[in-house]
Amino acid sequence: MSRRLAPVVELLGPALLVVAVGAISAGVSRANEIYFLNAIVSVAIVVAIYVFVGISGVLSFGQISFVAVGAFTAGVFTVPLDSKRGVLPDLFPLLRNHTVGNVPSLLLAAAVGGLFAFVVGLPLMRLSGLAAGIATFAVLEITHNVLREWTKIGPGATTLSLVPETTGPLQATLGAVVAIVVAFLYQRSRLGRLLRASREDPAAARGAGVDIHRQRLAAFTLSGALAGFAGALLVHLLGSMTTEQVYLELTFLTLAMLVVGGLTSLWGAVVGALAISGLDSFLSQAEQGIHVGFKLDLPSGTRLVILSTIMALVLILRPSGLTGGRELRLWRR
Amino acid sequence: MNVLASLDASTLSDALGLGAIYALMAVGIGLVFGVLRLVNFAYGQLVMAGAYTLAFTSGWPVAAGIVTCFAVVIALSLAMDRVVFRPLRGQSPAVMLVTTFAIAFLLQAIALIVDLRNNQLGEVAASIAPLNQAVSVGGVDVRKVTIVAVVVAAVALALLLLLLTRTTIGLHTRAAAADFRTARLLGVRANRVIAFAVLLSGVLAAIVAVLLTVQSPFVQPDFALEDTIVVLVGVVVGGIDRLWTATLGGFLIGFASGVINGVLPTDKTVYLPSAVFALVILVLLLRPAGLFAWGRRAAVERV
Repeated sequence: MSRRLAPVVELLGPALLVVAVGAISAGVSRANEIYFLNAIVSVAIVVAIYVFVGISGVLSFGQISFVAVGAFTAGVFTVPLDSKRGVLPDLFPLLRNHTVGNVPSLLLAAAVGGLFAFVVGLPLMRLSGLAAGIATFAVLEITHNVLREWTKIGPGATTLSLVPETTGPLQATLGAVVAIVVAFLYQRSRLGRLLRASREDPAAARGAGVDIHRQRLAAFTLSGALAGFAGALLVHLLGSMTTEQVYLELTFLTLAMLVVGGLTSLWGAVVGALAISGLDSFLSQAEQGIHVGFKLDLPSGTRLVILSTIMALVLILRPSGLTGGRELRLWRR
Repeated sequence: MNVLASLDASTLSDALGLGAIYALMAVGIGLVFGVLRLVNFAYGQLVMAGAYTLAFTSGWPVAAGIVTCFAVVIALSLAMDRVVFRPLRGQSPAVMLVTTFAIAFLLQAIALIVDLRNNQLGEVAASIAPLNQAVSVGGVDVRKVTIVAVVVAAVALALLLLLLTRTTIGLHTRAAAADFRTARLLGVRANRVIAFAVLLSGVLAAIVAVLLTVQSPFVQPDFALEDTIVVLVGVVVGGIDRLWTATLGGFLIGFASGVINGVLPTDKTVYLPSAVFALVILVLLLRPAGLFAWGRRAAVERV
């Protein structure tokens, strides 16, 4: 019985957790809603990173490039036509004269993110270890540099604004659940298992006939598509964005979420994203003063100190993360 | 080629100075990586702590300020080993690296709070700034700090070489870097070797703190953060598995950024980061073990 239910729990646990957070976000005040929605979009981003980093065991600092590309694709394509010529005058005619709806922009972002990841991954997936870490970091730097300077494809160094704010509780929740379902289906598929085998023992996996380069490339591409999709959710949540918001800080924060939750499980990705975002929102509220039975008013600046201390403590005391890197189980085997 | 015309001797000497500083940082990072297999992203924050110490002791005699800087950085480095690195020994590289991110963020956040007491971001380390003045050497304007940096780096590297090759603890450290388990089986004491490496890397961080603060006396919480990232790239491109290839990688990336920044006008450098990082990717694809890792093929793991 428990064996047959295990995959159901593995999928429903993370999905229901996100749905619960989404349901709460629909009920709270407009001012607090943004915290919950931010947390849910973080889940989508971290799940995207998990699909590559968690399952393959190869460290990548580059996945936020795909979030950035997805965000700016969806953003530039959904700015209303009549204001686009005014705010983004330098765009290529193709971008300047076309605008798509909300859902097509999400799909377009996923396609562009996946394509970009495929092209980048084709050579890069031969690397592993620190060389892979630095090479993917180089991809992040190049993406940021080009997005920041090339005004024919986006806003350049200025803020992209006037993007329709379509990511409400429904779209955020649905989007994150889609990401979770895709990640779940992939990790239980044949391809996902082959890649996991190469993570556990590359030599043995190669000996058993696994083409590691091809499996990593598949995961990298899927991760890029999910990251692009998550980036589109993000830009539609915020309504405006600069290239700095999808750069180093987001890279470190989302990787920390994944590792704190537990690098090697989908459950860990979701728990880590929600735990860190929740803590972060709570602390930024506490800096402005809130009532939690008593009046809590932290001096400004302590948010980052407490957040990073807790992250470090979790990793030192429980290096395999809050979930131990295992999927959710109702019964202990 | 008016671009090359601006490549004069003083640009070259500045680049040499930056290369020397980055080489020292590369050694500091490489030493700890050798014994712990840990990439310490928080290394720049050790330098930052040293820079703040220099800024806060501006009113003191210069020597006292520098001694305090060394004391603070070395103490922080040893504390980092005891509190953070030791519990993490043997964990996966990703966990260790992300933990040092968290430590880097923590130290930066603390620096921000300390810095903002007077509601003003940034502190100025005035006392050692005179070293930044230029002197004329054979008709070329060379900043004093450049000479100091090159000499200090050469002396420090020579001393380190002696320490690693001529003393017992140095031998133990090299043995541990080559194969930690075998070294332990042969009686090398892990804690001592690691403490030794961490101590040396702390000393190097303190030296770097003094040199960098002379060059840019305005100290902010993100001091040395960018330098650390650049040095890490240089170290991996050079080859992190061996100390001398890592050092050479650090020196070269420092020298190259010095030359590029001195030669190209800022409006010509908008896509420069892309070009540089594309080159980094190319090098890594052709030589994943490092640019200077000659004669060694990637180890083939046997089942």
